Amino acid sequence: MNSTFLPDERTGPATGPPPAPPAGARGRTRRRALHWLTAVGLQLPALVLFLVLVLLPMLFALYAAFFRWGGFGMPSDYTGGDNFTRLFQDPVFLGDLWRCLVLVVLSLAVQLPFALAMAVLLNQRLRGRAVYRMLFFAPYVLSEAVTGVLFAMIFAPGDGLADQLLGAVGLEGLGGEWFADPSTVMATLFLVMTWKYFGFHMMLYLAGLQSVPRELTEAALIDGADARQRFRHVTLPLLAPTLRISVFLSVIGSIQLFDLVWVTTAGGPDHRSETMAVTLFQYGFKRYQVGYASAVSVVMFGLSLVFALAYQRFVLRRDLEGATTTMRGGTR
Amino acid sequence: MTARSGRRTLSPHLILAVVGAVMVVPLLYAVLSGFKATDELSRNPVGLPRSWMSGNYTGILGSGDFWRLIGNSTLIAIGTTVLVVAVSALSAFSFARFAFRGREALFTLFTMGLMFPFAVAALPLFLLLRSLGLLDNPLGVILPQAAFGLPMTIIILRGFFREIPGELEEAATLDGCGPLGFFWRVLLPMARPALGTVSVLAVVTSWNNFFLPLLVFTDSTWWTIPVGVQQFQGQYSADYARVFAYLVLAMVPALAFYAVAERQLVGGLTAGATKG
Repeated sequence: MNSTFLPDERTGPATGPPPAPPAGARGRTRRRALHWLTAVGLQLPALVLFLVLVLLPMLFALYAAFFRWGGFGMPSDYTGGDNFTRLFQDPVFLGDLWRCLVLVVLSLAVQLPFALAMAVLLNQRLRGRAVYRMLFFAPYVLSEAVTGVLFAMIFAPGDGLADQLLGAVGLEGLGGEWFADPSTVMATLFLVMTWKYFGFHMMLYLAGLQSVPRELTEAALIDGADARQRFRHVTLPLLAPTLRISVFLSVIGSIQLFDLVWVTTAGGPDHRSETMAVTLFQYGFKRYQVGYASAVSVVMFGLSLVFALAYQRFVLRRDLEGATTTMRGGTR
Repeated sequence: MTARSGRRTLSPHLILAVVGAVMVVPLLYAVLSGFKATDELSRNPVGLPRSWMSGNYTGILGSGDFWRLIGNSTLIAIGTTVLVVAVSALSAFSFARFAFRGREALFTLFTMGLMFPFAVAALPLFLLLRSLGLLDNPLGVILPQAAFGLPMTIIILRGFFREIPGELEEAATLDGCGPLGFFWRVLLPMARPALGTVSVLAVVTSWNNFFLPLLVFTDSTWWTIPVGVQQFQGQYSADYARVFAYLVLAMVPALAFYAVAERQLVGGLTAGATKG
């Protein structure tokens, strides 16, 4: 820490302008003020940008949620909690919450374990593993909009690749309307999400796996642990910090899902794939019920906040205690 | 024992090949379909094109529209990246190398930005941009993208700036460098790999952004690639083969960039995720 430009005498020479002023009380105050000004001045551009374009809009959404407001002029028609009352009676919004939960559960139960399995496979010495890694991660760099349009065409009922392939191997029965069928739209959406995002989580896990010291797995091997036990009791606990980050990112991603849904179904059919962000967009930008739409964004904000804080409080904190502690308590 | 280990080495390859096929086939299908005429696509959806038609691709490449979208996306990505990296570098320098009251609180404020979905701010942001006259203006996308990119960029750069040994700073000071001279002449040149990483992240994020350009650009002048793809699909929804060609061409820049900058991208994402 004494490498920083500290304003006290110990590191005095490292602070101010080159010809250090005489070390009187006056010079010290001036130097201190200069130090402070430099430090804060450096923060200023970032702070202004962040306050004006991130924080201010979020706080304003919080305010606007208590008004009936079309988005022109300042909100004046205060309605108290009416927007929220209406929101929690709106079957579409309640459906949004339910679908968000479904996506979270599917991601945690299917997508992330699958990504972990692939990471474990590709962490071994295998021919072509570099190619597979690169390939599995590649969809992550594509825009969600582009991915969405691609899969909207692949899952086009009848003509699309999916139905044609199923037909070619005699499984027409499994084909169907995909995005157009209320009962399969979420599953199709989840399939596309997995195609696009499992590679990202796999990459995180691979980075985590590579930081597991080989001595530990070897020691377990010598102690007679089989492959499964080594994974369960050595690798997995050490991977826990990475897993938690990945879970966190996955949940936040499900809360704010928009692009993919908007280009594939726009929330349809009959709102059966609508997400909170889509509802917000519909009310805010199509129907000009900005106050009501703000209430949706407040709920999104609240969900993210509660989740982030709870997660940080109960789960992430343990990571700070270091790998040895997680090893002890990580397996549950 | 040998039989068992033999089966063990076979099955991972089989699994990987199947998953690999699932990853590749959609992309390959799009490329091949782009070479077909739309009426062939409905008769022969899966196989190779009977006659390779390049008309879909050349038609799109020959139109100014596609290149305008590419130009817009490029300009916005570069603008965002320069802004967010410059502003974040100053801030990260201050976080990493200065002690001042409120430093940790300020840093926490920035990191909290990581948790919140962009959609939460979208409506007020739109109204703000409208009142500032920034709709249908590339700055209307560049500025918010840079602002939302700050948390991740600051976190990564701060971590990197902290690792640069204090002796260097003392040496620079003895040589007559002030804090800013040290930042400009020593820290930034040394931080080139980290700057590369955060730049690559910023470029990819900007290039793929859909929501913000969709809100900000009401007419087509400034549309970016993702918005253009969606509009193109709506416009030519009957002409499947052409939409596929368009999709493929829209994917090429992102995949090419990934091929070139894979290390920075993966390194940045894992660093961002583990240090965040």
